[in-house]
Amino acid sequence: MLEISNLTHTYGSGPSAHNALGGIDLTVAEGELVCIVGPSGCGKSTLLRSIAGLLRPTGGQVVLNGSPVEQTPDNLAVVFQDYSRSLFPWMSVADNVSLPLRRKGMDKKQRKEAALEALEQVGLEGAGAKYPWQLSGGMQQRVSIARALAYRPALLLMDEPFGSVDAQTREELEDLTLRVRGHHNMTIVLITHDIDESVYVGDRVVVLSKAPAGIVGDLRVDLPGPRDQITTREHPDFVHLRAEVGRLVRGMRSQPASASQ
Amino acid sequence: MNRVLRAAGRLWAVPVVLVVWELVTRAAEDLSFPPPTTIAASMYEMWLTGPAERLWLTEAALENIPASVGRLLAGWLLAGVIGIALGIAMGRLPLLFRFLDPLVQFARAIPPPMLLPFFMALFAIGPRMQINVIVFGIIWPVLINAGEGARLVDRQHLDTARVFGLSRGQRLFQIILPSAMPKIFAGLRVSLSLALILMVISELVGSTDGIGFQLLDAQRSYDLPGVWGTIVVLGVLGYVLNSAFLAAERRVLSWHRAAKQTT
Repeated sequence: MLEISNLTHTYGSGPSAHNALGGIDLTVAEGELVCIVGPSGCGKSTLLRSIAGLLRPTGGQVVLNGSPVEQTPDNLAVVFQDYSRSLFPWMSVADNVSLPLRRKGMDKKQRKEAALEALEQVGLEGAGAKYPWQLSGGMQQRVSIARALAYRPALLLMDEPFGSVDAQTREELEDLTLRVRGHHNMTIVLITHDIDESVYVGDRVVVLSKAPAGIVGDLRVDLPGPRDQITTREHPDFVHLRAEVGRLVRGMRSQPASASQ
Repeated sequence: MNRVLRAAGRLWAVPVVLVVWELVTRAAEDLSFPPPTTIAASMYEMWLTGPAERLWLTEAALENIPASVGRLLAGWLLAGVIGIALGIAMGRLPLLFRFLDPLVQFARAIPPPMLLPFFMALFAIGPRMQINVIVFGIIWPVLINAGEGARLVDRQHLDTARVFGLSRGQRLFQIILPSAMPKIFAGLRVSLSLALILMVISELVGSTDGIGFQLLDAQRSYDLPGVWGTIVVLGVLGYVLNSAFLAAERRVLSWHRAAKQTT
């Protein structure tokens, strides 16, 4: 459902130009949960912004459900890392969730119901009347996820969604993501720099190299489901996969970086 | 009880100043500086000796104060609406900003009282001229603040709005305007105090009623306690307007204060 072909992006021009993406080819099937992992600053966010239509790449193409992405597609939602800058502090939680639903042609009552239902799915029933800043960081990110769920996107992009919360909350949110993915048969692309997380959550892990980013590994994760924070993480396949992903990420890191050290 | 004590702690200086003022002016016996009790008596005479069915308000009080406050608020609201609309447009449209910013910088550098002769020629003496002077003199803080607020909307808020396909109207009224609101309120507050100044100035030169006119009238008839009394009324009016504004701001921007404290 998502096809990325030979995607390149360069910021600026001339000698100060920064080549962020160096030709990315990636296909994601419907219903898949693909994790994209790579070292910090490798162009992961540039890739996400290109898929979301927030950035016009300098080369290549992104095709979503058969149509090339030029502006922000209407069947796509994003969960950003920085929930405090993505939720609107002047609106209640319920209003934050229902705001985008007007586009879906729902009337006021339907929007409200959809928002409450989505909040219930992320375990925030009863928090609708609160304001985002009255909630903890993990709960705010749940609101972001609820907003995306209520929107019923075909493709959900998550940009380091659990990067700003503590370890325990992170595990809760990982399990929440796995729980809700089945609800609407969404396709999910999750970007992270956390190797464990990518293997734990993903059906597939795509490893990016340092900038200009290219794909250096594409591994299928065949772990028994349902996944569990304890048993999955001690499964031999998990241990093996995370070592392999780690090697791929680090392998690319050690070549040019060690020369300069 | 606690609140009473706190208010007392804030206001203790007022009676002290009044008593010292009274004593000094009585000792000096200078006609230009009447004692506060004389000023108070003159104010009472001027505003509060009307018939009981009008709450003892005099003709002067019922004519001049509402006329002045009405013009002030009309000018302020008009400047607010135009300033916010134009400011946000300039903040969001860089091309418009480049065209209009030099004009704005030029226009706001002109001291507004200098425009009085021009506006008097343009509109003739009366409320229309006064409101125009007020609007022209006070619009700049609102316009510039609204522009800056609209320009500095968090990029991720705008990205979120784009991703979720918010309409232009939703983006304007639900994202950009609320984002810019703290700055807009800062501008509106400055404008409100400027509006009081320009209201008086415009009434001093081109009016047949209003508090400024009454001030002029008292001065012309060498009624110095009357002059002082009018000045006190202006001070009280400014204080009341500012307090009302702050109360409104606290309500509208409660999210802003709370969000600032928790993050």
